[in-house]
Amino acid sequence: MSSPSPASLLSVRINGEPVQVAVQPHHTLLEVLRYQLDLIGSKQGCDKGDCGACTVQIDGEPQLACLTLAIHAEGRDVTTVEGLATGHGGVHPLQDAFDRWDAAQCGFCTPGILMSAEALVRKTPRPVTDPEVRAALAGNLCRCTGYTKIIDAVIDASRLMHTDDETADGAGQAPTRPAAAAQ
Amino acid sequence: MLRMPRFSVQTPATIEEAVTALQSPGARVVAGGTDLLPNLKHRLEQPPVLVSLSRVEGMRAVAIDEATKMLRIGARVTLTGVSEDPLVREHFGSLAQAAGLVASPLIRNMATLGGNINLDTRCRYVNQTAFWREAIGGGCIKSEGNVCHVVPGGRNCVAAMSSDCVPVLIGLGAHVVLVGPNGRRELPIEDYYVADGTRHTTRDDGELSTEILVPLPTGPRRCHYSKWTVRGSIDFPLISVALRFELERDRIDAPITAAHVVAGVLGARPRRVTRLDDILGKALSDQGVASAVAERVHKQCKPLENVPYEAPYRRQMLRVHTRRAIEALVAAG
Ligand SMILES: Cc1cc2nc3c(=O)[nH]c(=O)nc-3n(C[C@H](O)[C@H](O)[C@H](O)COP(=O)(O)OP(=O)(O)OC[C@H]3O[C@@H](n4cnc5c(N)ncnc54)[C@H](O)[C@@H]3O)c2cc1C
Ligand code: SF4
Ligand code: FES
Ligand code: FES
Repeated sequence: MSSPSPASLLSVRINGEPVQVAVQPHHTLLEVLRYQLDLIGSKQGCDKGDCGACTVQIDGEPQLACLTLAIHAEGRDVTTVEGLATGHGGVHPLQDAFDRWDAAQCGFCTPGILMSAEALVRKTPRPVTDPEVRAALAGNLCRCTGYTKIIDAVIDASRLMHTDDETADGAGQAPTRPAAAAQ
Repeated sequence: MLRMPRFSVQTPATIEEAVTALQSPGARVVAGGTDLLPNLKHRLEQPPVLVSLSRVEGMRAVAIDEATKMLRIGARVTLTGVSEDPLVREHFGSLAQAAGLVASPLIRNMATLGGNINLDTRCRYVNQTAFWREAIGGGCIKSEGNVCHVVPGGRNCVAAMSSDCVPVLIGLGAHVVLVGPNGRRELPIEDYYVADGTRHTTRDDGELSTEILVPLPTGPRRCHYSKWTVRGSIDFPLISVALRFELERDRIDAPITAAHVVAGVLGARPRRVTRLDDILGKALSDQGVASAVAERVHKQCKPLENVPYEAPYRRQMLRVHTRRAIEALVAAG
């Protein structure tokens, strides 16, 4: 056994709040979020980069918490699914759309998918398209839904976010999908 | 849950400090961590200290060096950065293409080009949990054992170089810059790799790759990178081929003046395909050129049973992907 390495104090913003936490150098951001800070929304799936269940945003970019050394979050802004609704009155339009479209079945992939999808809709100055959603979610596996309802929900949420009057223009209806979708 | 072994982490602020930290015995560089962390979780190594590049200044720029006519890409530029960079896209479309095909968007947001060129070699018998390896009788030469499961009786590890960017960079004649305790050295990236899966680069442990230099095109060319994977995302390549054709004029029916074809995912070193002389002077759009190149690739490249899918199937697909890649170039004009 190698000798224990000293913990170091990590200063990080998590969901907008400054947090200081003593972390072990060999722990990942995911381990710190889940087992030290009780933020269990981010899921530990494969724990090696294959599934995207642990997706969080670091300085606004979706990344994998299972492959991020906790120490690498020093001074950065981390957003987890728990912080998604902040500024959206408790429910983010994506969460609302996932509910309406039944886009979560077991729900294990959902937090990661929401974090990838949020970055896409935030960076796209107009409603997103089907190929854009597929490309943005290409690192998030879902074993239940078959993806269709997830893609529909993201397109619908983004359309609603770009509609001033939410009751207008077919909100909540099935988005039209290109006949031959890529991938 | 895959726990990592204990280690300490140093976070130097400059390249010099990083090189100094790297001189400590067993120290390892960590950049994006998307290759190193899974390998640590699989207990393939237990370094006492990681030297993190997260705070190091520099190594993040992409810029043209007018004096040498090279595009300089810092080792810490992410693969998302490489694939979206306007200069890379303008001059080296196939590099942007390769970087954009690595793993998934989430991993490309973390992964660096320096990590991609130093990516460890891969094998179906080694990229597994320690428990799995124990179940096949205690690993292999590259892990805790002393046999090879790919080449029975073999004494040399033939784990596959699986980087998407490397075959392209070799084809483009790129150079890699290394900084160590004795200063800076630069070498053609083609000479950076050696045919030993347990130690596949000529980098000293105490050296850092700081940048990649790619010579700017001097005339019209057509380049393409083709990667075959099980799924459309996340997966490492099963085979890959990087193509570069220099042309006499900027037309697809112009005579080819030089051809560079490099195949990946064979052994520990990418393979440059030779004897392409008979297509010089012909055009990419000429009848038979695509299949002539595809036949050369098929003849010279022999995949091994080191990654998923059977080697003979992968060899056939090398031919298919080469031919299709050239046909795609022709169709694009
Ligand atoms: C699910 C999954 C899928 C993947 N798919 C692909 C794929 O399709 N194609 C592909 O090419 N890769 C793939 N990868 C591997 C990896 O994500 C990339 O190769 C990535 O570019 C590695 O970069 P990094 O910065 O994360 O490297 P790290 O993990 O930080 O480092 C990788 C290695 O390089 C060394 N290193 C890093 N930077 C330097 C430097 N500047 N100087 C010297 N040594 C250095 C490290 O010590 C380590 O040995 C995949 C990984 C995962 C987890
Ligand atoms: S090629 Fe042989 S020695 Fe190398 S990792 Fe695979 S099984 Fe092990
Ligand atoms: S848990 Fe991080 S990618 Fe699967
Ligand atoms: S809803 Fe079960 S994995 Fe996606």
